[in-house]
Order: sequence, then structure tokens, then C-alpha cells
Amino acid sequence: MTNSVSKLLRTPLYESCVAAGGKMVDFHGWELPVQFEGILAEHKAVRESAGMFDVSHMGRLIMTGSKVHAFLEYTTSNKISDAPGRGTYSHILNENGGVVDDIIAFCAGKDKYLVVVNSATTDKDLDWFAAHNKNFDVKIEDISSHFAMLAVQGPDAIQIAQGIDKHLADLPRFCIKEIVYFGQLCYICRTGYTGEDGVEIMVSPPYAAQMWQFFLDKGVKPCGLGVRDVLRVEAGYLLYGSDVTEKYTSYEADCGWVVKLDKKDFIGKAALVKQKAEGVKIKLTSFKLKGQGVPREGNEVKYEGREIGFLTSGTYSPLFKGIGKGYVVNVLKEGDEVEIISGGRSMRAEVVKSFYKNRV
Amino acid sequence: MYNQEKCKFLKSHEWAFVDGSEAVTGISDHAQHEIGDIVFVELPKVGTKLEAGKRAGVIESVKSASDIYAPVSGEVTAVNTAVSADPGAINKDPHGAGWLYKIKIADKKEIDALLTFEQYKDTLK
Repeated sequence: MTNSVSKLLRTPLYESCVAAGGKMVDFHGWELPVQFEGILAEHKAVRESAGMFDVSHMGRLIMTGSKVHAFLEYTTSNKISDAPGRGTYSHILNENGGVVDDIIAFCAGKDKYLVVVNSATTDKDLDWFAAHNKNFDVKIEDISSHFAMLAVQGPDAIQIAQGIDKHLADLPRFCIKEIVYFGQLCYICRTGYTGEDGVEIMVSPPYAAQMWQFFLDKGVKPCGLGVRDVLRVEAGYLLYGSDVTEKYTSYEADCGWVVKLDKKDFIGKAALVKQKAEGVKIKLTSFKLKGQGVPREGNEVKYEGREIGFLTSGTYSPLFKGIGKGYVVNVLKEGDEVEIISGGRSMRAEVVKSFYKNRV
Repeated sequence: MYNQEKCKFLKSHEWAFVDGSEAVTGISDHAQHEIGDIVFVELPKVGTKLEAGKRAGVIESVKSASDIYAPVSGEVTAVNTAVSADPGAINKDPHGAGWLYKIKIADKKEIDALLTFEQYKDTLK
């Protein structure tokens, strides 16, 4: 045990998390807190006041070059904004339309983008981008280790974070700005993974603990991966590796809004054009239990006695009780009743459009 | 209420407190701490005949589902319905208000086979 733990990567906020009582676990090779006080208490903090998460493990790439916008348009499915400061959520697709990763690309100035990718897929994404860079000559730099990242989320998050940047309220949702704090360049993004307003702040590693302490002193509650998963399922955000993978297309992941077929060309476009014409056969669908129990990833979904798919996410929500989502045959409509099978037990559930009404 | 020093344990973290011909059961403080906020329990019904070491129900936290096992064989004589309504009681007081069910002990010798609190603590090291 000791040996395997010592090989795990630690973020610049590791000591801060441990000091705050974080229960550390192995998360895709990173030693990160799964919880502090407890998932229910942390959930309440984020939904009612403010909570913070160490998200320093996320991959961050700086892309520069005169053709960087065209490069991101070609390697991802959405129309990438070229308005300085603006971020765009998009999917990197393979030739089959399968999702290689889901990303946010922030236009960080002329011919410059900050691309936030998933932690476990960073190396894969770097290889993928390099393999398709021939005609674009974009310079791609992995700056993940140059910055810690702290997500501060909740109805009070912006007001509190104004102690870091007093003009923060003017930053539109899904936008990024550079500030100087502790005499250091920091990036502030008005983004998150909780369904609440808030920010994700990138700060130089030696100053990360001070930033954490600033928010701790303001009463922001440290939150772990456990509650992060509950919040993002409630908010309808997808988890790469579970809800979105290379096996399924953006259409199947119910992310048609991320696909812009009117773009000239992008990798995966032909496959998606074909799928759209033929019809989407399976679709990521949300379910809410009608009774007690907790649906879990991997649970079978049955409709009219027939197995139609399985859950890719499932959790207990303090607001909605048992909720989950999964890939099922695309025959269901809102309100339809299904059975979710967990450990041999059948639980009645209904199809819903969404869970939490996101405040952003 | 059911002092852990006076309980006998399974390695799988269930405890039994012997009270005459009956045993009160629950999960250990270590177990409730490990699984975190408990949100749902499925307990055996009164009258169910359980077998020592076999599945007796399920405890679900936000993070995970854990089967619970019967410490001894016998018939269930009472179930703590209060924890079904408020599963968090198991986290707050695993050796008191968070007890799970009572069982009529079929074979007293099975009690001797269980771990003492000291032995149980050793398994956690």
C-alpha cells in the first residue's frame, strides 16, 4: 500500500487539503481528496453558500500560432469563439465521431488559446493534436504543472472571489481574464462543474496554498471529489471516461448543440452527417428513481421487461434522491417508466430531461 | 448503548451485542466512517431466517453500496425502522441509535467464533 501511494502525483494544494481534513484517494494517479467534512455537508455548502475544489490535476494547454483558431475548428466539433476572453465547450472527435475528449477552449488573446482538457486524457490529447497539426503549425505547450487550479463554486462564490479581483462581477459566464495577484499572473475563468455560479482560478504553485487560505478564511468549505460527482450529475454535466467516451458520438451523448455541421470541415464530421441522416439509435438519457435506492454506474436499464442499456453515472442526490444517466436505445420520452437493476434489485425510475435548474 | 468493547465483530465490520437469547446488530464506527454519509438501508424483515456470514441487507452511502452480513444465524425479531427513515443515524451513533436489527441466536457457539473488539481493531491495522 505505502509504495503504491507514494507513486501518486500530488497537486500544489495537497498539503492544504490534508490540513483541512481531506480523505485522500487515488484518482487516476493523483492523490486527491474524496471528501472533507462529508458529502452531504459539502453539497449544502456549494448549493447554499460556497465550496472550493482542488482541480489542479486538470490538463491545461497553451496553443499559439496564426492558424490556431482554424486548428481548433478542425480538431473539435463546436464553433470556437475567437473573441478574446471567450471560452467554448467542444468535443475532440475521432473519424467515427467518437469523443476523444471534451474540452473548453478559451481565446486568450490574438492567436492564442488556453485549452482545458481532462486530466486522464491529457497525454492522449497531446498526441492527437500533434498528429493533426501538420497543416496548421500550431505551437502546443502543456502548462498543466505551471499552475494550480482552485474552483470556488456557489451562490456566494463571486462575491467572495471579488476579494481576489474586485471587477470579477463584470466577467461574463464562460469567459477568462488575466489578473496579477501575489505579484503573479493568474487566470480566472467564470466556469465550473457544479451548476452554480463561480470561478476556476489558475495560480502559480508556490502561491496556491495562500489562495486556498484566503477562501478558507472567508468560510468557503473545502469539498472533495465525492460531492463534485453528485453536483455535476445534478447539473447535467458529463464525466469523460464514463458518460462520454470514444465509443459514443456527440449525438449519442445528447450533445448535438456541440456539433456544428455547417462548419467547413472537422474531424468526425462525415460520420456525424451520416448518423444524423440515419437517426441516432442510442442516446444518453437521464433517470430519476421513483422510490428508494441509489442507482450506480453499470446498472442495467429495462423498458417493458427488455434490457435497453446501462447507466454510466448514478448517485444519491440530496435534492432529487436516486438519479443517474446512461446509454439506452433511443425510444424513450420524458415521463416513461423504466426499471434500473442494482445488485439483483429492481428500482422503478422515470425518464427526465434534467435534474438541477442550473443557476448559470 | 451497545458499547463497542462489549460487542463481538465480523471482519466485514458488523457487530453483535449479546442480550440474553438475542443479539442486537449494527456496523462498526470504522465502517460508517469509511463509507461516509449513509443515505439508504435495506434491512431484513422480521421473521427472516438469517445464516451467519450470509448477506442480510444493504447499506448505501452517497459513494457506494455495501452488503451487510449476519454475525450469527437465527430469526430476525426486530428491525430498527428509525434508521430506514433517517439513515444518517448510523453515521452519528453506530453503536446506539444506529443499530440495525435484532436476531434470536440459534447457536450460541457462533458467538464465540466472532472477533472481540481488540481482535477486530487488529484487523484494521
